[in-house]
Amino acid sequence: MTWARSLRRVVGLGTPTAKDVDVQRAAATARRQATERPPIDIAPNDPLLAYLAQSRGAVSLDELELDSAAVQSLRARGSRLIVPLISQGELIGLLELGPRLSDQEYSREDRRLLDKLAGQAAPAVRVAQLVREQEVEVRARERLEQEMRVAQLIQQQFLPKRVPELAGWQIAAFYRAAREVGGDFYDFIELPNRQVALVIGDVTGHGVPAALVMATTRSILRSDAPRLVSPAAVLARANELLHGDIPPNMFVTCLYAVLEPATGKLVYANAGHDLPYVRGNHGVRELRATGMPLGLMADMTYEEKETILDAGEGLLLHSDGIAEAHDPDRVMFGFPRMRDLVGRVEAGQPLIDELLNDLGRFTGAAWEQEDDITLVTLVRSAGVPEVRVLDEFELPSVSGNERQAMERVATTIREVDLSGRRLERLKTAVAEATMNAIEHGNQARAELPVRLEVSTRNGQVVVRITDLGGGRDIPEATTPDLEAKLAGLQKPRGWGLFLIKNMVDDVRVTSDERHHTVELVMQLGGGNDGRDR
Amino acid sequence: MAETVERAIVRRRDGITVIDMPSNIDIRSEAALDTAYSEVSPKGAILLNFSGTEYINSSGIALIVGLLARARKQSRPVGAYGLSDHYREIFEVTRLADFMGLYGDEQAAIAGKR
Repeated sequence: MTWARSLRRVVGLGTPTAKDVDVQRAAATARRQATERPPIDIAPNDPLLAYLAQSRGAVSLDELELDSAAVQSLRARGSRLIVPLISQGELIGLLELGPRLSDQEYSREDRRLLDKLAGQAAPAVRVAQLVREQEVEVRARERLEQEMRVAQLIQQQFLPKRVPELAGWQIAAFYRAAREVGGDFYDFIELPNRQVALVIGDVTGHGVPAALVMATTRSILRSDAPRLVSPAAVLARANELLHGDIPPNMFVTCLYAVLEPATGKLVYANAGHDLPYVRGNHGVRELRATGMPLGLMADMTYEEKETILDAGEGLLLHSDGIAEAHDPDRVMFGFPRMRDLVGRVEAGQPLIDELLNDLGRFTGAAWEQEDDITLVTLVRSAGVPEVRVLDEFELPSVSGNERQAMERVATTIREVDLSGRRLERLKTAVAEATMNAIEHGNQARAELPVRLEVSTRNGQVVVRITDLGGGRDIPEATTPDLEAKLAGLQKPRGWGLFLIKNMVDDVRVTSDERHHTVELVMQLGGGNDGRDR
Repeated sequence: MAETVERAIVRRRDGITVIDMPSNIDIRSEAALDTAYSEVSPKGAILLNFSGTEYINSSGIALIVGLLARARKQSRPVGAYGLSDHYREIFEVTRLADFMGLYGDEQAAIAGKR
């Protein structure tokens, strides 16, 4: 606190007395004549501070015999007198005075006046200091909270909104950010041939930087995943792109696995992430594959391994948020405890629930979450239908192409057990449904494709026919009134949906905003071949 | 797929009109069936010969319903033969079989409609 500044603070306090008027005059003169000086820094261990804390009033610098850097600096800039500002017994600053304007020494009366001034100024200065400290604190907190909001927003934006639906699999995921958001992420990426990539990762650090790197990593993985498929190749590519692009002190751990839902085959590679657990039918096993975290070093290669998840087996992907949580005695939750739980609780939602419950018991109610918690778990149902896609193709929406669809499906279906008569029925249904897709769904616009997929699952053959006519009401199949048609009371048309419904064992119709899908289902093998289905 | 529109051929046998139906009966067969019907003799039974027919879709069914409706308006009996098991089933499912006699071959059909 410099002299001039301190005086400015004091001026105007309370009702002016004769002495206050003197002070005001002095202040005005000081403002005119004294150049404002930068505050000096006094080291906390400078003996001057201890001396001033004990002193009772103004101290002449000439009389001080202290080995003090602060005293030297004060003398060097021409100071003569210092007056401690004491508030509630604490030294909170000092008044620093240069030579009197009259060049005379400071009188006893001057010192008395200054002491009084210091006594009045100190509480005001203290209040000002507190206000300022608080302002700084509030601003810092606001900045931090703003940053946390941004980080949370980025995080929420890039985490999956829902888990994929895979026939024969139950998938569940859980993510909870720490107060200071970390860089955890997980993702599901649809791949060609009905494969799905499962991704979990953790970016070092917290807040916006971690969230941004997380978003970048996710985008890289998403863009390369369908093309490369191989987990080792995807991670190597991501490493290449991240290295040199992210700050040198940051890196990303990431487990990348490709699941083939039909067979349970899981191919995986690991960039330094916590090992996933498989809850096998014969105990818990870890999926190990070596590899450095992403973004640390150039030209990394990643080991690729595979395993089969049999019916009834489950998988847990996790970040270190649970394993590295501490109880009130700073004991870590640890991986063995986690592994033990995986062995005891069925994978899927029950495992997530139990892990969180156990974590709650372990850390106690007062625990503040230390890091993001991310859990992705899937379990393969026992005795699930095995989906086998036999053919997938698209046709332009040109009238007549339904014949092509019918013939191609018929050729594909030769390899499954569907008898002659029932095959003919399915062919008719395929042609009718494809015709509807071309003419109604896609309005016979050639550039819009009709998509067909032929698969077998659970002893059925299923033909899915999808057009881009979503978001419209689908008429119910009704039985046409043949008498009315023959009598000329109704148009002769309107047999399509009726035929479809009567030709196959089951018809399932689904639609969303964009697509409309008809699923034609025929039982294989021992299906009823009679006419009165 | 061939884009040529197949014709339906009208002929008479033993005093009965026979229409040899096209191999594909779909929306593009409308003109062919209209023409054929205009060529049939003014009265008597009509036989639809499906021996050469490989494909009938719902639009084709509608055309057959239309043709049957016209014949019924003129009180002319209609019969059909040469349908594969599959299309015979479709004629039953659609109840077309309730309004026209189904026969195995031309001989049986002519005997039936005489």
